[in-house]
Amino acid sequence: MISVIIVVILGIIMMVAGVVALHLKNLLAAIITAGAISLLASVIYLILGSPDVAMTEASIGSGLTTIIFLYALNKVKKEDKND
Amino acid sequence: MIKKIFVILTMIGLIMMLSSLVLNFEFVEQLNDLSADYVTGSIEDLKSQNVVTSVIVTYRGLDTLGEVTVLFLATAGIGFLLGKRKGKKRVASELLQTSSSFLVALIILLGVYIFSHGHLTPGGGFQGGVVIANAFLLLILSDASIKFNHTILQLVESLSGAFYVIVGIIGLVLTIGFLNAKIIPLGEFGRLISAGAIPIIYSLIGLKVGSELTNIIDTMRGE
Repeated sequence: MISVIIVVILGIIMMVAGVVALHLKNLLAAIITAGAISLLASVIYLILGSPDVAMTEASIGSGLTTIIFLYALNKVKKEDKND
Repeated sequence: MIKKIFVILTMIGLIMMLSSLVLNFEFVEQLNDLSADYVTGSIEDLKSQNVVTSVIVTYRGLDTLGEVTVLFLATAGIGFLLGKRKGKKRVASELLQTSSSFLVALIILLGVYIFSHGHLTPGGGFQGGVVIANAFLLLILSDASIKFNHTILQLVESLSGAFYVIVGIIGLVLTIGFLNAKIIPLGEFGRLISAGAIPIIYSLIGLKVGSELTNIIDTMRGE
């Protein structure tokens, strides 16, 4: 029962974070919010009993994807300046 | 105004589509025949402790080969599109430099542990490979001027990919089946060297994914 409550709370936080990420004007903050959503999702997978998926989500979703988005943002900003 | 109405209509449509999932949800008390077969087969037939791994590597081995191919194509595309690099150095803080020189080796060790114990504990080639790539990412963040030897990266990637397919073809030659783990003796249940070819295949996938993702990060950084 307690795990269901934790999952529901985490799910609500994830939804709120998703909406916040859409409305943030600062793209850097939006990327980090999206990474945090992946981290919360990996906690949910762990509680629901699938550590394999939780590992993938934590390392790819919140680690690698965030960094690649940051690199892409960096590139886009630079090209904006050059124009 | 019309945009907002469309958004609300789409939301209502999505809710109607997904609500049946929630309303008709009932707990599954028993595994169905296929899942029960996988669970017992993984333990008795393949002697692999981690059922997820034996499904990914053996029962659905062809899908995994397809996944690895997709990752390879993505790496090739990124390398092709973002090839050029202009050097501009940025010095990292001392805290990051000191801690990363200590942590990188440990993180690589964790990655190797995850993919070599894929048949015993949660995790496997993909997760272990990503952890290794994250270690190299830390190395890049701490020292922006660092250069990786792309020949070695590509060599590791192509050799592990080729050996993965060769392991699959050995199964065909021995008429056991493509990517079947039973091409070598299965060994004792629960040991590190057990479950036939599963540790070999997952180690190869781990090396391949690790070198591919390191390649992607190194190509993307070009500051």
